Amino acid sequence: MKARGALVRDWSWAWSYVGAFLVWLAAIIFTRGYGAGGMLTGGLALAAFSVLTAIAQMFVITLGPGNVDLSLPANIGLASAIAMKVMGGSDAMILLGIFAALGAGLVVGLGNYLLIWLLRIPPIIATLSANFIIQSVGISYGRGLQVKPPPAFAAFTTARFLSISILAIGTAVFTVVMGLCLHRTVFGRGVLAIGQNARAAWLAGVAVERTRLFTYTLSGALGGVCGALLAGYFRGSSLEIGEEYLLVSIACVVIGGTSVTGGKANLLGLWGSALFLVLLLTMLNTFGVSAGVRLVVTGLVILGVILAAGGQKTLR
Amino acid sequence: MRSLVGAREERLPLNASRTLRRSLRALLPCFSLALVLLGIAWLNPRALSYFGLNLMLNLGIPVAFATMAQLFVMTVNELDLSIGTFISFVGCVVATWLRTDPIWGTTILLAGICVYALLGAVIHWRNAPSIVVTLGMFFFWQGMAILLLPKPGGKAPVWLHALINLRTPLVPLPIVVGAVLALVVQYGLMRTSYGAILRGAGGNPVALKRAGWKLIKTKTIMFGLAGLFGVLSGLTLIGLTTSADANIGRGYTLLSIAGVILGGGEFVGGRVFPIGAVIGAFTLTLAGSLLNFMRISPDWQVGAEGLILIVVLAARALINRTAASPL
Repeated sequence: MKARGALVRDWSWAWSYVGAFLVWLAAIIFTRGYGAGGMLTGGLALAAFSVLTAIAQMFVITLGPGNVDLSLPANIGLASAIAMKVMGGSDAMILLGIFAALGAGLVVGLGNYLLIWLLRIPPIIATLSANFIIQSVGISYGRGLQVKPPPAFAAFTTARFLSISILAIGTAVFTVVMGLCLHRTVFGRGVLAIGQNARAAWLAGVAVERTRLFTYTLSGALGGVCGALLAGYFRGSSLEIGEEYLLVSIACVVIGGTSVTGGKANLLGLWGSALFLVLLLTMLNTFGVSAGVRLVVTGLVILGVILAAGGQKTLR
Repeated sequence: MRSLVGAREERLPLNASRTLRRSLRALLPCFSLALVLLGIAWLNPRALSYFGLNLMLNLGIPVAFATMAQLFVMTVNELDLSIGTFISFVGCVVATWLRTDPIWGTTILLAGICVYALLGAVIHWRNAPSIVVTLGMFFFWQGMAILLLPKPGGKAPVWLHALINLRTPLVPLPIVVGAVLALVVQYGLMRTSYGAILRGAGGNPVALKRAGWKLIKTKTIMFGLAGLFGVLSGLTLIGLTTSADANIGRGYTLLSIAGVILGGGEFVGGRVFPIGAVIGAFTLTLAGSLLNFMRISPDWQVGAEGLILIVVLAARALINRTAASPL
């Protein structure tokens, strides 16, 4: 009960929406209202990818200190290549391609967990080594791969319903499902309990190892699906396609009010922070700044947010 | 009395196993380096000449400096994800301003070290997670590097290029630099009393605080040192490549973490091993050459780094488990 009370009272995630609104406002003031809706709908579609990876990262980070999935970028890159190769540009193979990407992600997640469990090494190092290896597999597998996504799949990833990207709607529904999973299922509550105190959770009868296994597998699977969708959205796979999502996923999780030390997760905040980061880039683009300035500002914003929020950790 | 004696007798083998474990773990980095060297010697004996070693190991110098920078940060239980892009930034400064305007260039590099020291202080002051703070800095340094050098180019200062291509007598320069680096940091961190305080900030911060030491000072010093060694890494890297680009240091973040871990370091508890870290950095550098000699496609270069990491960690886990059981 106490934990739920704290969750209700903690509104820090709301700041991400305030931030997203402010950067959007700044952008449309600059363009005198031109393209206001387009920025939002375009932002929503891109934010969906960030949210997908951020959900994966959030479950992992919530497991407690040291838990982070550094293998996401290579996983996304490899899955995008596998999806494109299996689909082979033919509409009939779309489902099979998505399942192949999902399967690759599952294998990656399972592998991560096995490394952590068998070698008893910190997850950060296990997923780091896994990232190295998957990257190599991806380079070797995807060499010279120039497969375009099947037309129907490409159309699906950019399709809109009432001018809102279908992907964004799907991800929103998925967010709700994962929210229920986190707060209402044995698995989700196990994740939170382990993050708060792994030993206490174990003593209380939480299946610690099984929960960890599911969490890393979930993260891997989400990375795989995200890879397939990204390849459709950007009209082709590339190994670098997932590179930015490592940093983006961690940034979203942190800005969205999830505790970096684990045990406290927030799904609503993920959308706010993903929109904030995407719209921040949109704003800087409309200002016409160079890539360098864009990166510097992004860095300073992440820094500012975490330093402003950092003090809360001592209050707990 | 009886029980006391009994307790002591029980503790003895435990201590013995602990020393065994420690020495085995210290030997592990040397063993992995020896294995890679043996592989190279078997496939291509001529590579182990003065020139061969110089050629294979010279890119190990910047990696070793980067690894040392990461080691300082990991000693105080933090992690620096931004060291790679910081090295890119340093490289861009070195290849542009340091050559055309040495005073201005030096000032910027010193400012970079100060930013690092300041980060350490801020991380402690705000109790902020270093992974996220350095993630922000990752973007910051990357952006600065691109602003400085939008297109690959620039040129290393002449003196730097000459310095890094120095032909030392008998032993190639990379080995000399590596040995000096390893011994200096090993002495400073493991043998001096202030080094013990610095490590203690990672090992038992509460005890250190109660003993009256300022934790913010130790973190500032360690991050400042990381900045200094990051600058040294960027300097030597540009001396070797003679020109820079904004992405030149990208892989160094992961390499540096891998180097520290390979060298016997731990993520928490201030447990590090500077000599091992240099060996780890050289092992990772040589692994690339070994793959080359084995005619394995460079595609598998990073994968091999990951695999080495896993094998070493598996060996370490094995040592820990067997040594922990009573002999």
